[in-house]
Amino acid sequence: MVVFQKPKSLTDTVMHYCPGCTHGIVHRLVAEAIDELGIEGRTIGIAPVGCAVMAYDYFTVDMVQAAHGRAPAVATGVKRANPENIVFTYQGDGDLAAIGMAETVHSAARGENITIVFINNAIYGMTGGQMAPTSLPGQVTQTSPYGRDIQQVGYPIRVSEMLATLDGPQYIERVAVNNVKNVRNAKKAILKAFKNQVDGKGFSLVEVLSSCPTNWGKTPQQALELIEENMIPYYPLGVYKDRDLTEGVAKE
Amino acid sequence: MSDKVLMKGNEALAEAAIMAGCRHYLGYPITPQTEVAAYMSKRLPKIGGTFLQAESEIAAINMVIGVSAAGKRVMTSSSSPGIALKSEGLSYLAGCDLPALVVNVQRGGPGLGGIQPSQSDYFQATRSAGHGDFRMIVLAPSSVQEMADLTIKGFELADKYRMTAMILSDGILGQMMEPVQLNFGDIKQHDKPWAVTGTGCQREKNVISSLYLKPEQLEDKNRERYLRYAAIEENETMVEEYQMDDADVCVVAYGAAARISKNAIDLAREKGIKAGLIRPITLWPFPKQILRSAAERVSAFVVTELSMGQMIEDVELAIRCMRPVLLCNRTGGMVMTPEEVLEKIEKAYSIGGTV
Amino acid sequence: MSQILIAGFGGQGVLFTGRFIASDGLMRGKEVSWLPSYGPEMRGGTANCSVIISDTSIGSPIVNNPDILIAMNLPSLDKFENAVVAGGSIFIDSSLVERKAVRDDVKSFYIPSTALAHENGLEGLANMIMLGKIIRESGIIPYETISKTMEEIVPESRIRLRALNQKAIDIGYNYRG
Repeated sequence: MVVFQKPKSLTDTVMHYCPGCTHGIVHRLVAEAIDELGIEGRTIGIAPVGCAVMAYDYFTVDMVQAAHGRAPAVATGVKRANPENIVFTYQGDGDLAAIGMAETVHSAARGENITIVFINNAIYGMTGGQMAPTSLPGQVTQTSPYGRDIQQVGYPIRVSEMLATLDGPQYIERVAVNNVKNVRNAKKAILKAFKNQVDGKGFSLVEVLSSCPTNWGKTPQQALELIEENMIPYYPLGVYKDRDLTEGVAKE
Repeated sequence: MSDKVLMKGNEALAEAAIMAGCRHYLGYPITPQTEVAAYMSKRLPKIGGTFLQAESEIAAINMVIGVSAAGKRVMTSSSSPGIALKSEGLSYLAGCDLPALVVNVQRGGPGLGGIQPSQSDYFQATRSAGHGDFRMIVLAPSSVQEMADLTIKGFELADKYRMTAMILSDGILGQMMEPVQLNFGDIKQHDKPWAVTGTGCQREKNVISSLYLKPEQLEDKNRERYLRYAAIEENETMVEEYQMDDADVCVVAYGAAARISKNAIDLAREKGIKAGLIRPITLWPFPKQILRSAAERVSAFVVTELSMGQMIEDVELAIRCMRPVLLCNRTGGMVMTPEEVLEKIEKAYSIGGTV
Repeated sequence: MSQILIAGFGGQGVLFTGRFIASDGLMRGKEVSWLPSYGPEMRGGTANCSVIISDTSIGSPIVNNPDILIAMNLPSLDKFENAVVAGGSIFIDSSLVERKAVRDDVKSFYIPSTALAHENGLEGLANMIMLGKIIRESGIIPYETISKTMEEIVPESRIRLRALNQKAIDIGYNYRG
């Protein structure tokens, strides 16, 4: 009896991600959601620019590789062309919250019936560890070598909280993938974000607090601990918006 | 005549797009092309289409990418500064081999410039629409009828060659009304087996991407694309010739400037100067051979354009500087009179003389 | 070929008058073009439009030197009077333009069309009164085709406007000033 196997919606291609990177986990959660909903044959993925640029190699579904930050606009086009397709974007923090913030906010405001998986690891990974819009105050990066100076460059953006103020979105939740319990929660959230689209409910975004051991200069284990110690206090986990819940905005 | 209707260029273009099967329009407001968006916003929802006013030109062109990737005919329109913003997407469309129709109703620049008609985006359209090695098919209508006809042609060519076709128009052609016949017969549709429509778990997945990290692959891809471009240069070049049979002076002009040039050519002939017009309908592919062979027959050229002189460089290249080439130009939204063109024809004739 | 330039304030129906002339030409099998000025002048400033009616194909749609100038206000007369070809005609709304045309090599017609519109309860139709006079004097539109052109460009849903427009044209047509 097989007790553990690769989701059907993941290819056999060996991922290029660094050791200890949490992209692999999140890819798997996305693929599991697609499998469980039985939507592999009608799902279209939009890959970002950033570490996940080659996500099209890892999923078995049709994929489009978008320009930096433009994945929600491309997803809008694909979804409007063929509304029966299930369309998701997979974007990092530079892509979604810096260069693509307009596309993010407006696709949310329109309530586009798409699913966004937002990887927040507080750094630009692909280009070698520069400051991101979500880098924490004091965080040392290649372009904030003395630590992020909030007097100079301002504060990080809490994307989930910000988008939750809009009337457009159906569902916004922040999760983390630093331990088994949180990964299980992340799984539920991602599944729900896809299910919402299948049910025609509208814009769903899951922010996933992730690690970047390479650019954080930590071991994989230390990096996961830093999510708990540094990231979660600044970016509290929880459901920020869920139109299914009568109480509106609720936090864990 | 009775089946002709009086329409604005921008509206004729929009209606032709609908007749070509375009059901998705994504755009952002800017003068002087707004009638296209307004027309689409009125018509598309009634025929099961989608009109979406995007948050920016950049978002609009990326939505176009999405619709095109999904296999549907799609268009956007804008005017000069807006096209500049779309340049990122134009490059991705090329890199992904996606078809799209993009309309530029040009206005004066640079910067915010003005809103009056201009042809100063010739370089942008034919040379530098975005980063990287690529071309767009650039169609230059000169009448309201052509605004419609070339829209149909543009969709067909875009699908056939999997690339962007641009309609390079201007404020005069967009705003003017003329009789137009909207009857196009069979409009070619193309199968799009490459589109992302879901695998249905029945076929290999389709991936639409412009990313080639291995330089060998990227070079191969670019060379392959340029072979396709060579076929387009071979097969799709279009011009109109006017009074060229016995011409001593050849005026080269496109779009609205070509119409003004025709008046000037008539005036020149009244004065005994045999002038003619070669009007490129495709700006890319540029009618190099046609001009080259004209250079064997005429003694001088006049290039008329609403810019500081952009197409003139292509004319000089095409004729290998065999003949003198004079520029007759206005810019910034100013438009030359037929008399100004006539003056240049006379000057060209005094230099070149009779062949 | 007739080259017509119609100029006035935005809101005076300058563009519609041009469309009427162009539509009529099209119906009679002529080549026609209509080109408006566009931009901020549409919003309360001056507006003008170029109309060409021709038996042969039309080159430039821009009327630089009109055979017929319609000046619905003073700035339009000031701006375009000198552009009219010798032997051409100028039609002036004399209720808004106080001065006479200076040119003596053109025919000038003075019609108090705004005042006539007001007197006849046809507010906003001074342009059509003017058009009636132009039809009478210039012959660019045969009187007989007016009603058909009216049906063509005034939609069924605004049928009441057809009669009002026709009435305005007739006032201009019969005006002896």
